[in-house]
Amino acid sequence: MKLLSVTNKGLFCKQANIYIDPWKPVDRAIITHAHSDHARWGMGHYWCHWDSIPVLKMRTGADTNITGLAYGEEIEINGVHISLHPAGHIIGSAQIRLAYQGEVWVFTGDYKLAPDGLSEPFQLVKCDHFITESTFGLPIYQFPSVFDVYQDINQWWKHNQQQNLNTVLLAYSLGKAQNILKHLEANIGEIYLHGAVDNVNQALREVGYQFAGQRIQADTDRSKIKGALIIAPPSAAETPWIKKLRPYKIAMCSGWMQLRGARRRRGVDQGFILSDHCDWAQLNETVVQTGAHDIYVTHGYEAVFARWVRERYNIKATVLKTLFNDEMEETE
Amino acid sequence: MRNFVHLFEQLDTTTKTNDKIEAIHQYLSTADEADQLFAIAFLTGNKPKRPIKTTLLKKWAAEISTIPEWLFDESYYIVGDLAESLTLILPKVDNQNPFSLRDIYQKLLDWYGQEESLQKRAITAYWRELSGTDLFVFNKFLTGNFRVGVSKKLVIKAISRYLQLDEAFIEHRLVGKWDPLKEKMSTIFLSDLQEERHFLPYPFYLAYPLDGAVDILGDLSDWLLEAKLDGIRGQLIFRKQELFVWSRGEDLMTDKFPEFTSLKDLLPNGTVIDGEIIPWKNGKPLDFNVMQTRIGRKNLSAKTLAEAPLVMVCYDLLEWAGRDIRDLPLVDRRALLQQLLEDIQSPVLLLSPLLHFDSWEGAMDYRTHARDYYAEGLMLKHKQSPYESGRKRGNWWKWKTDPMTIDGVLIYAQSGHGRRANLFTDYTFAVWDGDQLVPFAKAYSGLTDKELISMDNWIKRNTIEKFGPVRSVKAEMVFELAFEGINLSPRHKSGVALRFPRILRWRKDKSIQDANTKQDLLDLIAAST
Repeated sequence: MKLLSVTNKGLFCKQANIYIDPWKPVDRAIITHAHSDHARWGMGHYWCHWDSIPVLKMRTGADTNITGLAYGEEIEINGVHISLHPAGHIIGSAQIRLAYQGEVWVFTGDYKLAPDGLSEPFQLVKCDHFITESTFGLPIYQFPSVFDVYQDINQWWKHNQQQNLNTVLLAYSLGKAQNILKHLEANIGEIYLHGAVDNVNQALREVGYQFAGQRIQADTDRSKIKGALIIAPPSAAETPWIKKLRPYKIAMCSGWMQLRGARRRRGVDQGFILSDHCDWAQLNETVVQTGAHDIYVTHGYEAVFARWVRERYNIKATVLKTLFNDEMEETE
Repeated sequence: MRNFVHLFEQLDTTTKTNDKIEAIHQYLSTADEADQLFAIAFLTGNKPKRPIKTTLLKKWAAEISTIPEWLFDESYYIVGDLAESLTLILPKVDNQNPFSLRDIYQKLLDWYGQEESLQKRAITAYWRELSGTDLFVFNKFLTGNFRVGVSKKLVIKAISRYLQLDEAFIEHRLVGKWDPLKEKMSTIFLSDLQEERHFLPYPFYLAYPLDGAVDILGDLSDWLLEAKLDGIRGQLIFRKQELFVWSRGEDLMTDKFPEFTSLKDLLPNGTVIDGEIIPWKNGKPLDFNVMQTRIGRKNLSAKTLAEAPLVMVCYDLLEWAGRDIRDLPLVDRRALLQQLLEDIQSPVLLLSPLLHFDSWEGAMDYRTHARDYYAEGLMLKHKQSPYESGRKRGNWWKWKTDPMTIDGVLIYAQSGHGRRANLFTDYTFAVWDGDQLVPFAKAYSGLTDKELISMDNWIKRNTIEKFGPVRSVKAEMVFELAFEGINLSPRHKSGVALRFPRILRWRKDKSIQDANTKQDLLDLIAAST
């Protein structure tokens, strides 16, 4: 009998009677991080990292029952020892470690090894059974250093400003937006935010994070916004809201920007390769170093990556079907 | 090559036409003459043919990157572009790029047909010295088309701006394939046309499809009407005792048409005829299929020539007695053409007959029944029209008969290429054969971007099986397909082949039981022969 299995409601630990990132309402849920494909509405009780609480509340309601945990803090339910460990994906993101009768399971949620300069860096957790995501599990994904990309973004902003253009960055409102804000050179010019980004910033303020940027309100005089940098979620692309900020250059910030076709389809001027997931090298490094003898590969290129792990490392690797976002993070 | 790569980056990061033209103009203004020519060649798609087999490139790249070939293939399905896949998978190196465009152009020719081990040594040496966009551009040269988001028209505009010469003039000089190793900017753009570039065709004048009512064209008597035939549009040139046949795709196809050799003794020097090259027997055109098989043949046997004898149905005269007469009114050009054809009496040059109707209604009726006359519709040309260049509105219209249509069920989907990479956009459709769905057509176009994205989502959620890049999907979606012709074909599983199939509309109102049957397809064939 396996400690973790997939049911129609989500990833389930029967021994502890608890779900991890379930996609249907259940009584008890541990949440890896507050992105909407992992943190859904309607659970009786949530456990997550302290830093995930405000955003989780913002998305599920202020009266949600949530228990906060620190990284490394252990709880025991019916003999199962459960703890959260930094996943390096976004602020508050965690891998879930479950140990029962000497056997250790780890579910990564979403994760990355490369530090982004903001979220707690990934911590390797030794285990027997390792469930990994595979969003970018193909050798075509080799991401540049995020710090180089931050620099490119600042350069581009300056360049656009010299031509009296605004700079619009499309980035996830939770995660990437904050990473970028943290690394913008404040002296270049003014920074403006889409409401969705500012909402997340306000929530994160409750747990001690401060970010630059003014929210664009309905009555904000947009004719005064010149040479500024504006961060908005990808869904705002090509909306009247964005168009009122003309003239501008617009860029998408995403791991998918590694592919020319994806960038051209977006119709943006620039694509910055910026991801909160592991690239190919990072995924490989992790599956080997966890020491796990069983690897389960989920959301992404699961079949391909599992086959690769079997053939290359001679480790048992299987596909685990889940409902976490299939293939496109932009639906967030 | 560094500057060219920089130009490529500029072209690739803007969607604005003017910025693109200006970037090319800037490049031409600073590049030396050799680079100018090679850049123009590459940008207009004039490059040596693919020197290395795709399978070899994949094999070497997988080997260097220490990944199995199946993993390379899986990646390639996602990227949708071979050059880009190679670039992303090859190990990153410090970029050194001392190469010139001329070198690479020459090498692309040298590598062709070389022994595999030599090819491998040469290519992998480049791979070890290039990365990023430099590597991508290099790989683009090696593989398929070098399409970079600039049309030939944009390049022509930029050259015209740089040389301060008329666009139509530049366009004319760039027709067909020219050899940048043998040319100079001056020989291409400044030499005498009749004397030194006597092989060049004129830019083709293309008709716009008529989508509104025909009445807006005014008085019927102002127009010449002809049958629109389904052959290969071509220009036949005889200058300085040499005969050239160019297709509209700007390929020099003289060798494909030995029938026309006899014209060397008949035509006067300085003659250029525009017309439709088409297989013709017993006073009527044969099906386009016959032509396609023949064009595909490397060696033309006596049997092939007898089975698919070609003629040119001539409809315009562009050069007469060495004089460019494109500015004369069509009626006058046609009179000269008619005289010429009567004089030489060749069985391979026929005059395109004029169709006479009492009213537009008569023309409409002809259009409806065009297939009965072996035509795909009508051509409407204003009597006073000059021979323009490119696709222009106003004086020439094509008025095609309605396509045949059939409702098919989507059964397979495959991801597309380029802008459609990683998006399921290439579909296979099936019709009923008893209680079985048999595939009969593939179609890639006809849906809007929005529809493609929602289909992509649906396909991902309704996949039954994956075979490499192809997915079989639940039989649920019905589409109306349009096509220009249909024939029996032993090479296709369904036994039929369609001409120009495309998606007409997404029939959300229909269920799969409403789709057509194989018998319906056979009935269409029976009705059209």
